[in-house]
Amino acid sequence: MKLKGRVIFEGKAEGLALVSSTAMSFYGGVDPDTGEIVELGSDLAGQSVKGKVLVFPYGKGSTVGSYVLYRLAKNGVAPCAIVNAKCETIVAVGAIISEIPCVDMVDVRKIRPGVRIRVDGATLEF
Amino acid sequence: MHLTRDEEGMLAGEQGHATQKAMQILVALGKIYSAERLVRVSSVQVSGVSYKNLGDAGLEFLNELARDGKARVKTTLNPAGMSLTDWKTQGIDSGFAEKQLQVIDAYGKLGVEITCTCTPYLAGNEPSFGQHIAWGESSAVAYANSVIGARTNREGGPSALAASLTGRTPLYGLHIRENRVPTIAVDVEARLSLPEDFAAMGYSVGREAKDGIPYFTGIPRAGLEDLKTLSAALASSGGVAMFHVEGLTPEFGLGTKKLEALTFTRKELAEADALLNDEGTPDFVSVGCPHCSLKELATLARLLSGRQVRREFWVCCSREIKRQGDVAGYSRVIEASGAKFALDTCMVVAPVEELGYRVVATNSAKACHYLRNAGLKVRFMPLEECVGEATRSG
Repeated sequence: MKLKGRVIFEGKAEGLALVSSTAMSFYGGVDPDTGEIVELGSDLAGQSVKGKVLVFPYGKGSTVGSYVLYRLAKNGVAPCAIVNAKCETIVAVGAIISEIPCVDMVDVRKIRPGVRIRVDGATLEF
Repeated sequence: MHLTRDEEGMLAGEQGHATQKAMQILVALGKIYSAERLVRVSSVQVSGVSYKNLGDAGLEFLNELARDGKARVKTTLNPAGMSLTDWKTQGIDSGFAEKQLQVIDAYGKLGVEITCTCTPYLAGNEPSFGQHIAWGESSAVAYANSVIGARTNREGGPSALAASLTGRTPLYGLHIRENRVPTIAVDVEARLSLPEDFAAMGYSVGREAKDGIPYFTGIPRAGLEDLKTLSAALASSGGVAMFHVEGLTPEFGLGTKKLEALTFTRKELAEADALLNDEGTPDFVSVGCPHCSLKELATLARLLSGRQVRREFWVCCSREIKRQGDVAGYSRVIEASGAKFALDTCMVVAPVEELGYRVVATNSAKACHYLRNAGLKVRFMPLEECVGEATRSG
């Protein structure tokens, strides 16, 4: 399948989809050293974002979350790409400063967990 | 989004790496919020200063930008996690202090004025009516929009810094007049006689208003201290970035539409007070969230004159206000009581929970909110009672 979204940060990446059906908070929600999702109640708790195409509807929580994405990238445990239904400030800023390809305006419900996705600019292929 | 040739050049990296990164952030935000173009800003207030919140990642990012980035407009800084000079007597760990000072160094290299205050409008960053600005620090955002009539969205640390490094911000949200109209009316029947009444009322209304724009009626007068603490409270329990007070704030005339109204009576005021109080005997007392004004220092000097504090008592304010307090003779009286000035910082961003305190007494609804999040118990009381609590024997 091919989906077209809107580029927030331009880039190419390929990885397995890690899909959250709920909004994600990076500050306090993801361990910046290991990439493990630690947010209580998250449907992805215990899984690692490392190297994944991370798919979730939108971000929430503290604006410090942008720096958590940056730290994940510096520690080599960041997602290889981020796909959102609607990107907001925290995730957009985080993706840009960490140089993680990021696309939004995508119907994220169409992406099945575990599927291999190729991200190229605004295009998703899986 | 339309960019000028100069802005295109920044985005292409013609003016260095930091400027390019900053422009990428602004363009992405412009896209997300459907801004037609960027607008020039006259001043910036940067949040994201305490090492407690930034961590090593934030520090690394600031160092990366500081390699070739420079503030293009007046840019002031939020409080840090400690006093930059007296951190040892505050009980701050030297490892934390070293990192915090590195954060400050990076901001200094970026050309940011090391003001370390959440009340920039009392410390030399004073925008005027109608000016576009890009401010972080939610209480200052609400104050600037509502009381001054300057125009800013609620910026995060990186987006405010991006505005500073380019002198621009995307034109959307509260930068546009039509988006500054009230969305919820609040008829205040309770008599608000102390700043703390405004704080409690703001804390209660913020929960209802969420990220809307309240329009208050029934407030015949309000001073700077009232509006300062109201701004902070509204922005901490909700996401309020602007409010109007009928007959008082400069843009209250935008409230022409009939809105659904909440009524705030004496009963709601008592409930708000109760909501802000936990059980427990305070072992730490702090005032100045947002940072104290000169008038508050005058009040403290009057209340503390000839008395001794018997527990840790922090008076948080900017270095500018402290300097004015020195000249007026207030600072000497306050310090003679054993109270400590906490400059450059406050009880919310300093690692108070790691200093061994359990129950904090404060006159700030905002501080109650964030201290609770950090696991502390809180007692909310007027300034005068805070002094009573600090000087109480036993």
